[in-house]
Amino acid sequence: MQSFQEIILTLKQYWADRGCIIQEPYDTEVGAGTMCPETFLRVLGPDPYRTAYVQPSRRPADGRYGDNPNRLYKHSQLQVILKPAPADVIEQYLGSLEAIGIDLKQHDLKLEEDNWEAPTLGAWGIGWQVMLDGLEISQFTYFQQCGGIDLDLVPAELTYGLERLTAFLQVKDSVYDIEWAPGFSYGDVRYKDELQYSVYNFEMADVATLWKLFDLHEGEATRLIQLYDPKSADKKRFPLLPAYDQVLKCSNLFNTLDARGAVSVTERVGVIQRVRKMAVAVAAAWVDQQGGAGASACQPAEVAQ
Amino acid sequence: MSLPFLLEIGTEEIPDWMISTALENLRLSFEKLEIPHESVRLDATPRRLVLRAEGLPAHQPDSVERVLGPPKSAPAQAVAGFARKQGIQPDEMKVESTPKGEYYTYLKQVPGRNIIDLLAESLPGVILSLYFPKTMYWTGRGGPRFIRPIRWIVALLGDDIIPFELAGVRAGALTSGHRRLGAREIAVTTSDYQQRLSDHGVILSAEERRNRIRSGMTGIRIKPDDKLLETLVYLTECPMPIQGSFDPQFLELPEEVLITVMRHHQRYFSVQDAEGKLAPQFVAVMNIASDPEGFVRRGNERVLRARFNDARFFWETDQKKSLSDRKPDLANVTFQAKLGSYLAKTERMMQLAAELGGDAHAVRAAELCKIDLTTELVKEFTELQGVVGGLYARVQGESEPVWQAIYDHYKPESMDDAIPRHRTAQIVALADKLDTLRGCFGVGLIPTGSRDPFALRRAAQGVVRILIEGRFDISLFDFIGDDEALRAFFAERVRYYFKDIRGFAYDEINACMAATPNPSRDREGAVSSSASWGNLVDLEARLERVRGLRASPDFEPLAAAFKRIANILEQAKEKGFTPLPSGIDEALLEAGPERELYEEFRRIAGQPIENVISRLRPKIDLFFDKVLVNTPDPAVRQNRLTLLQTLLAEFSTIADFSEIVTNS
Repeated sequence: MQSFQEIILTLKQYWADRGCIIQEPYDTEVGAGTMCPETFLRVLGPDPYRTAYVQPSRRPADGRYGDNPNRLYKHSQLQVILKPAPADVIEQYLGSLEAIGIDLKQHDLKLEEDNWEAPTLGAWGIGWQVMLDGLEISQFTYFQQCGGIDLDLVPAELTYGLERLTAFLQVKDSVYDIEWAPGFSYGDVRYKDELQYSVYNFEMADVATLWKLFDLHEGEATRLIQLYDPKSADKKRFPLLPAYDQVLKCSNLFNTLDARGAVSVTERVGVIQRVRKMAVAVAAAWVDQQGGAGASACQPAEVAQ
Repeated sequence: MSLPFLLEIGTEEIPDWMISTALENLRLSFEKLEIPHESVRLDATPRRLVLRAEGLPAHQPDSVERVLGPPKSAPAQAVAGFARKQGIQPDEMKVESTPKGEYYTYLKQVPGRNIIDLLAESLPGVILSLYFPKTMYWTGRGGPRFIRPIRWIVALLGDDIIPFELAGVRAGALTSGHRRLGAREIAVTTSDYQQRLSDHGVILSAEERRNRIRSGMTGIRIKPDDKLLETLVYLTECPMPIQGSFDPQFLELPEEVLITVMRHHQRYFSVQDAEGKLAPQFVAVMNIASDPEGFVRRGNERVLRARFNDARFFWETDQKKSLSDRKPDLANVTFQAKLGSYLAKTERMMQLAAELGGDAHAVRAAELCKIDLTTELVKEFTELQGVVGGLYARVQGESEPVWQAIYDHYKPESMDDAIPRHRTAQIVALADKLDTLRGCFGVGLIPTGSRDPFALRRAAQGVVRILIEGRFDISLFDFIGDDEALRAFFAERVRYYFKDIRGFAYDEINACMAATPNPSRDREGAVSSSASWGNLVDLEARLERVRGLRASPDFEPLAAAFKRIANILEQAKEKGFTPLPSGIDEALLEAGPERELYEEFRRIAGQPIENVISRLRPKIDLFFDKVLVNTPDPAVRQNRLTLLQTLLAEFSTIADFSEIVTNS
């Protein structure tokens, strides 16, 4: 039986062997691996790129105080970006399942239509949910648009739900029972996170403070975005990556406020629009900064000039 | 020579529900090429759209085309120039007379093209023009669009590969097998194609896959579900049903919830026991041939157990707060930004339910019916809205009419769906739909083209069906008011219902909807031109009568006569005609056809038209034969026109017969 961490290591190695840059998780709270700059910004522009990383993904509303065997506040996604998608991308993906010991001749695998959309990112794509013996184990998406921009190269995004996949392989009914490492269960490692963040997100988060933080981060992002000057000779050194961090902060605060029940349905649409506006503006500036559509990406040497 | 043709578009998994339409479009596009053939066969799996045809020629026949040269009067130089350009001798031309005059012409021999060249040229267009509801690009921005990436193409005419390239894929003779049971590249010919696929785990024929699923379920009492069956047929290349079971203690949960989890979320067939009750079993359909180790069965059982546990958790949590206690929470659920919350909608629906004649049960159901939107179970299984509310109302002790009305109030959800089961439920369903329609039209949210985010067409169609099939003897107009756009919207739904669902002819529908209501039931002068169809039960009865009348040989001539009368009156009104306020003046009637018509009219007035049509028609015919309506004497003319108007009004209460399209 492979442990949770062995499965992760095997998958990382598998994708490293196929030309992916292995990144560590992004160090700002995100709701999904897609939101990390490694995906959100890298899929823009004309340059090929391949990367894989595990991203702990925080979804405050999904927290269940550690009581529900299948739902987590913070689950782990393995995010793989292949830009552009190779013609055998599905075969490569199936190969990764075999690599972690799933004999596909003995299991039922279906690709069922599921088109992904992230309104706060102005992003959407076409794809499937991958069903293994009736269990959704991955999301497979051909990105079409990101930050409201049609993509030059179409990347394939593979997102593995690592806890589910491991529970499947280890034949466990509860994610808390899966073996993380020899002698340690998932519950040993993560139960406290689930419990305490559920208490915070549902009961104790101070709504006024969170709204204030949201406004502050939004203000900082907006300030930076407005300062970006496409005509400036110095634009390559402009801090768009830090501006995008501010957008991510807003997104996570919005999710927490939502879980706390502090966002009415009427307000919801408006707040999503606010986050989206920032994300779209950063994406547009990023494309311009990297050399504009169709031009080659900025090389370190160019920045030095 | 007669050749077989094979086109296989190899793709990544196409959504199951789009496949049949795509195949039909593929057939049409192929037929448009106008290449002679004997037969066409279409097949598809999620990964391939296949068109096979038999009996194609290798060449188009040669043909002759008449080319028009310069006119006969043209200078010799121009004539020689034309011949040179065509590559012929001037004496090969002759002079012909054409509608434009005398011209040089020449019969050009056009050699028939090779069919293979024609196909190579047109197939890329045929493939890319297939319609899909949502398409993607994958080779880069500006690249070709299709439903999913095209990964291979087989295109054969006889033994030859039809040479073309599309989206970086060269057409060839290599297909691809089942993802896990077959090889990735398989050489095929037009004759062994289907067999080779079968050897590599792909059952090409949907019919065969359907039968395989059916026969794999014989002996199991499954709940029949043709839609699910079709989904599974087009979600698999090698389907095989397997039976699994779940803990019988989950049967304490409502069947509706269990079935929804199995059907919508897991695509399982549910199983019934001998009494028709849900059994703790299910049938899943795999996309592989067998499950000797039971991996697939156990995997599916585990997933279902987790799903049922979730559902049970929601079911129990939701019950901690009754529907009544949750009512204030509706203030936080927006119905529509300009129309306020669901709490506001609830107040309006309660009012409307009472106005529609609903009793205390109906008003109570209207009060509770939207509250399930605040429950976890509905947030998880949105397709169970209404049903869940009804189930909670039942366990919380609401009376039967109330919980059933909540349960049914979204019905009918489609043309195939039944209307709500009883009066109370029908009234609540009407109140909900009418409120949505009035509200949305009131703030300008009117559907345009394919954009109908509030599903107003379905709501209006539901209202029409409930009013008619529920025998509501009330006028729609009393509930939708004077909003012209909403009336027109409903008129469209009413027409659709009677024409497409009930099979009435469009002119019968026009005639009955344009009828003038019975004057005795009218308020003075308050009749608008569209006021007559608001009572849909009455409209249906009149349509039945007109359909019956149409069988009579007197019907069409009479309809033509009515049309003539309507025209005459319209022209007269333009010239200032007003009917005699005191009615027809008998003294002014001319002896003969006019008086006979009048007397016949007096005898039959008030009787159903069915009984008198055969007597009326000869009198009218004779009248128009012998009598001049626009006679010079103004008093006689006015009287005569008044007679025609009275006659028309008498028989226009069923239908405006001038709308009937006649052959004469």
